[in-house]
Amino acid sequence: MGLMLEQVDKLVGREIHLKEIQLEFATGSRNVILGRTLAGKTSLLRIITGLDKPTRGRIMVDGQDVTGTTVRKRSVAMVYQQFINYPSLTVFDNIASPLKLAGIPKSDIDHKVRRTAAMLRIDNLLDRLPSELSGGQQQRTAIARALVKESQLLLLDEPLVNLDYKLREELRVELQQIFEQRAAIVVYTTTEPAEALMLGGHIVVMDEGRILQSGPTAQVYHKPATTRVAEIFSDPPINFIPGKVHNGQAWLGKHIRLPLGGHITGLPEGEYAFGVRCNHLFAAPSTPADIEIRAVVELSEINGSETFIHVAYGDHKLVVQNDGVHQLKIGREIPIYVNPCHFFVYDAAGRLAAAPDRACSV
Amino acid sequence: MMMEKWEDNRAWYLVLPVFVVVAFSAIIPLMTVVNYSLQDIFGPGNAVFVGTEWYKEMLTDTRLHDALGRQFLFSGLVLLIEIPLGILIALAMPKKGWGVSASLVTLAIPLLIPWNVIGTIWIIFTRPDIGLFGVWINSLNLLDVPFDHTARPIYAWITLMAMEVWHWTPLVALLCYAGLRAIPEAYYQAARIDGASAWAVFRYIQLPKMRGVLTIAVLLRWMDSFLIYAEPFALTGGGPGNTTTFLSIYLVKLATGQFDLGPAAAFSLIYFLIVLLFSFIFYQALLNVGRGEKIS
Repeated sequence: MGLMLEQVDKLVGREIHLKEIQLEFATGSRNVILGRTLAGKTSLLRIITGLDKPTRGRIMVDGQDVTGTTVRKRSVAMVYQQFINYPSLTVFDNIASPLKLAGIPKSDIDHKVRRTAAMLRIDNLLDRLPSELSGGQQQRTAIARALVKESQLLLLDEPLVNLDYKLREELRVELQQIFEQRAAIVVYTTTEPAEALMLGGHIVVMDEGRILQSGPTAQVYHKPATTRVAEIFSDPPINFIPGKVHNGQAWLGKHIRLPLGGHITGLPEGEYAFGVRCNHLFAAPSTPADIEIRAVVELSEINGSETFIHVAYGDHKLVVQNDGVHQLKIGREIPIYVNPCHFFVYDAAGRLAAAPDRACSV
Repeated sequence: MMMEKWEDNRAWYLVLPVFVVVAFSAIIPLMTVVNYSLQDIFGPGNAVFVGTEWYKEMLTDTRLHDALGRQFLFSGLVLLIEIPLGILIALAMPKKGWGVSASLVTLAIPLLIPWNVIGTIWIIFTRPDIGLFGVWINSLNLLDVPFDHTARPIYAWITLMAMEVWHWTPLVALLCYAGLRAIPEAYYQAARIDGASAWAVFRYIQLPKMRGVLTIAVLLRWMDSFLIYAEPFALTGGGPGNTTTFLSIYLVKLATGQFDLGPAAAFSLIYFLIVLLFSFIFYQALLNVGRGEKIS
C-alpha cells in the first residue's frame, strides 16, 4: 500500500512536462527525486499533491483512485523552496493554522504546536512574526507547519536550496532524524547528488519529464543505468572518455591500453564510453594498478579544502577532485591517475555495460 | 597594505546643489508664508507685525470650521470607497494573457486626463439638458427634484464623488495589482494544501502582503483628496451655497478673492499641519495594524 502513479502524463499546451510516470512509494518510505532544474520534479510533486491534474494516467493512494480528488480533501503537506508562511501571523499561529483549518480542538492544537516547534528548535520563537526571523528559522517554521498536520504524504520541494551552506548541513541532518519518526510517505526533491545520498531511502532520477531510473539510492549511485543518470547523479559531473574493446584489448582514448580484467572482463567488442567520477581521478598514483593519462590543465578551482582541477585530454574535458589546495599553472601538462576498477562502462547506446565492483572502493 | 584614509570636508559641496534647490522650492516659500501669517499687510513695504492674531482668527472662523468638516467628510468617503473598490478591481483583474495589458491600459486612461478636462467632461456628462447621465436619470422620473448638480447640495456631492472615484480609483487598483502580482505562486499553493478558503487567502496572505502598497495608496489618496480644488472649482465653484467649499476653495477665496494675505497664510499653515498630522497617523496605523493577529 502507499502511493502509486500509473502511466501519468502531464502536458501544458503542447509542452510535455511529465511523460509516462510510473511510480510506487510504500507507506513510511523515504523517497528522493533527483534531477536537474526543469527535469519535472516540481511538476511531479504538484501532480502528487493534487494541485494539478494529470493529462493522462491515475494516482492511487492506498488502493483508492484519487486522481479527481481536490487538494483540500487529500492528506498532504508540502514545504517549498521559498519560505512560505502567513506574513501577519506569529510563528505559533502559523504552525497552528493547518490544525485550526482542520477544526482540531484548541487544547490539542497548543500541545501539538509546541511539540512540533520543539522538534524544529523554534519553540523559543513562537511569538515572533516571520519577518523577524532569519531565513533558516523561517524555513523551520514552514517545515513545522507541514509536519504538524501529520498527513499521509509529506512533500519537500528543494527545501534547503535558499539556505546558506552551514544551515543547509544542519537542517539536512535534523530532517533525516525527523523523517525517521514519521509514518508518512516522504518525498524530497533535490538537484544535489550529495543530498540524495545523505537522505538515502529510495531514489527516482528524472530528466526532461521522464523517469530515467529508480531504486534504492545507494544501488542507483553504484549502478547508474545510463550515461545521463551517471551525469545527474555525480557532482561535479562524471568524466567520460570514449574507448573501445578490440581484439581482446581495451583502449581508452586512442593510445591508452586498459587491462581487460576485473569487472571489464568479457566485454564484447565495440565502442564504449568509460566513465569515472572525479573523486576517483588522482594527481598522483595511489595503487600499482593505476593507469596514467596525460592531460593539460585548463583551470584549477579551489573549493574549501579541495581543488577541482579541470584538464583536457585531447578533446575531452575531465575534472579531478584533489584533496588540499593546489595552484596549477594553466597550460601545463600533468599526469593524472585512475585505477581501472573504477570505470563505469557504457555501450554505444549509453546503457551500462559494466559497473565497478564494490570491492574496488579503495 | 593599509589603505590610506583621505579625510576632507569638501564632500559637503556635493550636497550643496540639492540644498539650494530645496531651499528655493520649499524652505524659502514656506518661511515667506510663515512671515505673512504674522503680519497685517496693507501694501508693498507696508506691513504691521500682529503676532498670532491671524491664527486666533482663523482657528475661531466658523466658515473655516465648516469647510474643514466638509473636507473630512469628503476625504473619509473617498477613502472608504476608493480603497475597497481598488482592491476589488485588482483582485478581479486577469493575471496573464492579453487581458492584462488591456485592463492596465483601460485603468490608466482616467489618470492621463488633465484635471480641468475631467471637470468639463463630468459637467457635460451630468447636464440635465444634454448630458448622457443627466438626461437619462431625469427621464426615469425617480427624483422629486430633477437632477442638476447646481440645484441641490446632494447632487453636487454625488457628482463630485463620482468624479473623484472615477479619476483616482484606478491608481489604487494599479498599486494593489502590483502588490498582488508580487506574491509568489507558492503562497497560494500552500494555502490550497492547508485547505484555506478564498476569504482566508485574502485575509491572511493577500491583504498582509499588500500592506506596503496600501499604505502608499491610503496616504496618496488621503493627501490628494484633502487638497482637492480643481473638481469643485470646475463643477460649481464651491456651490450650491457653500456646500462644496472645501478647504482649498475657501483658502483661494480668502487669498485672491479678498486679498487677506495674513489670514490666508495662517490658514495655509494650519492646513499643512493637518495634512501632515493625519498622514502621520495613517502611516503609523497601517504600519502596526494586524501585527501578531490571531487566525480565527
